[in-house]
Amino acid sequence: MVLASDTTTGAADHATAIEAWSAKLLQELPPAVGVLADVQRRGRAALEALPLPRRHQEDWRFTDLGGLTALSPRWDAAPVAPPADWPPAAPGVTRLWLDGRSDPLAGVELPPGLRPLAPLELSQALGHTLAAVGAEHHWPVAFNHASAGDCLALRVSGREIVQLELVSAACNDQAVLPLRVLVVVEEKAQLELTQVLLGSAASLTSLILELHLGRKAAVNHGLLALGEAPASLLAHVAVEQEPQSRYQFTSASRGWALSRLEPRISQVSGAAHTHLAGLQLAEQHQVADTHAWVRFEGPDGNLEQLHKAIADDHGRSIFNGAVRVPRAAQRTNAAQLSRNLLLSNLARIDTKPELEIVADDVRCAHGATVSRLQLDELFYLQSRGIDAELAASLLKRGFCAEVLKGLPAAAAVWEPLARVLQPGSALSAPERRP
Amino acid sequence: MIRPDAELLLQITDLHARVEDQPILKGVNLEIRAGEIHAVMGRNGSGKSTLSKVLAGHPSYRVTSGSVRYRGEDLLALPPEERARMGVFLGFQYPIEIPGVSNLEFLRVATNARRGQKGQEELDTFAFEDLVNERLKVVQMDPAFLERSVNEGFSGGEKKRNEILQMALLEPLVAILDETDSGLDIDALRIVAGGVNQLATADNATLLITHYQRLLEVITPDYVHVMAAGRILRTGGKELALELEERGYDWVDEELAALELSENARTPLEVA
Ligand SMILES: Nc1ncnc2c1ncn2[C@@H]1O[C@H](COP(=O)(O)OP(=O)(O)OP(=O)(O)O)[C@@H](O)[C@H]1O
Ligand SMILES: [Mg+2]
Repeated sequence: MVLASDTTTGAADHATAIEAWSAKLLQELPPAVGVLADVQRRGRAALEALPLPRRHQEDWRFTDLGGLTALSPRWDAAPVAPPADWPPAAPGVTRLWLDGRSDPLAGVELPPGLRPLAPLELSQALGHTLAAVGAEHHWPVAFNHASAGDCLALRVSGREIVQLELVSAACNDQAVLPLRVLVVVEEKAQLELTQVLLGSAASLTSLILELHLGRKAAVNHGLLALGEAPASLLAHVAVEQEPQSRYQFTSASRGWALSRLEPRISQVSGAAHTHLAGLQLAEQHQVADTHAWVRFEGPDGNLEQLHKAIADDHGRSIFNGAVRVPRAAQRTNAAQLSRNLLLSNLARIDTKPELEIVADDVRCAHGATVSRLQLDELFYLQSRGIDAELAASLLKRGFCAEVLKGLPAAAAVWEPLARVLQPGSALSAPERRP
Repeated sequence: MIRPDAELLLQITDLHARVEDQPILKGVNLEIRAGEIHAVMGRNGSGKSTLSKVLAGHPSYRVTSGSVRYRGEDLLALPPEERARMGVFLGFQYPIEIPGVSNLEFLRVATNARRGQKGQEELDTFAFEDLVNERLKVVQMDPAFLERSVNEGFSGGEKKRNEILQMALLEPLVAILDETDSGLDIDALRIVAGGVNQLATADNATLLITHYQRLLEVITPDYVHVMAAGRILRTGGKELALELEERGYDWVDEELAALELSENARTPLEVA
């Protein structure tokens, strides 16, 4: 069926257009230079061989990247400066501004326990985690490889909790912002990492974040992806966890014309704790897609996963939750829950657990619900004088708050709940509510 | 307190209502004046909660005939939120849990909606906290409940106290309390009933739905109504509650049968 539809003239034209766009993209990229020159060369070779994902590929069944071909990236555009009216970072938090060009560490004094990786360390570590989670050959990864000119590479050590915030914004027409980050968290070290990705105009943000957690390391990672259509986002968060490490990832995305978030976690010998909580909003004609993937390479691993989505208007929300439990991963305990709010008849939600369990002594629970706002909850609020519209927005906030409360404390300065729910611009400060 | 010249707050006339296509209320008549306390008793399934939800405007119930006037206005023409703002309050038999919505914020938004209707200024978070802390005393509730999500994980009794707290904040003119006493331990019953007594004035009225005489020992009703098969079958004073406690509801069946016979005799064409 799929093949047949692909041979129709329309689809063929589409395919040709995509190929032409990829070829032009490769031609126009600036020459490969700097620490990532090798990576860039490999990425470009990979892009040449790798067609843009198409909907007949299982992993891209509901998400069409064809819209990207409307983008003619301006590689020579000047980097964006951080606007002055953004909230100041919370006390004790090191904020780094990532514009894809300038050195984010220039003029920044790093706190104890945080230091940049030396070039040799970088060359050894870069790409290791991506390979471990099997994401090397994904198109968005190849695209990032081909285009990212620099990598922020840090090492966290010591006993003090390091609080780091990474902020970026792609807000110019035809801007492509490739971001590459690598953080190595040593044995027993602790990191609170808040990442804020802002996007507006016809722009594309491409992120690869690699995180390596040593034994007993703890990372609380928050990703606040606030977009404004027609901006798009492609993000890979690749994580390797040594035994007894704890990784908590809380993500929230809203507003992007297209967002594809791929958290991919490998518990390299099992026996670690992974907590994933995601929230995505798909309104108007937005497509919000999360493809999560967790693999246990040894016994006694734990996973708690909650994914929530709200689809309104013509919005489309996709969640795919892959959990891989090979034979070596005995006594794995995994629970995955997908909860969805469908607020319009024209919106669409596709949610799918994808459990591959070979080990026999495991506990894997999964569940998915799709519902409307509950009539009885609405009525209860209305019966207290709260009008229907405000009642609905309170219920929506309640739905989102459950996920957002997991964000690192430092994220509070961004007023996540207000920004996630505010209609229109994600970049400006949220309006004061009465 | 019965005063024949007191304002007529609620006037229910021959009210019929259905859920889905099933008739539940079949001609309810009831008048409530300021200062009065009414008790409605009756068997399980007789339509007491249905009456309360119809009055509050629950969308699942459809009024097919009859009228409800609230201070002279057509109550049924108003959406639920306006009824509440104008002073009609329903204490739910089963209060709803709302995860993720803070109880404090919910109470503040609700209180301000009612205050706006009364022409009072909105309370900011600080002013509201003062008010809520004062009203918490009415139900002897721990302020920790304000920090939690609305009713989420509250015990049965805690939910009922939270209902009375809402009533204390909204200062309704007609409070309909649907089995606010069920699920309460003896101390909690005393606290909740004390709260209701404290809030009852000469200007407002209370409609208590209950199964138990023990509540009526603490809150003395001016009228007791017995509901059966979707109507009020009998009305009396507080002694009627005592009588029910002794005799149960067996007599209801006989009266209902007699009533239906006489109705069938009156409207033979309609029945055919
Ligand atoms: N939403 C509904 N859907 C279907 N039936 C309903 C609904 N609401 C009420 N009913 C039916 O209407 C009848 C009256 O119910 P109601 O809840 O009003 O009784 P009640 O007098 O409050 O009983 P209880 O003393 O048990 O609280 C019952 O037979 C009930 O099953
Ligand atoms: Mg009832």
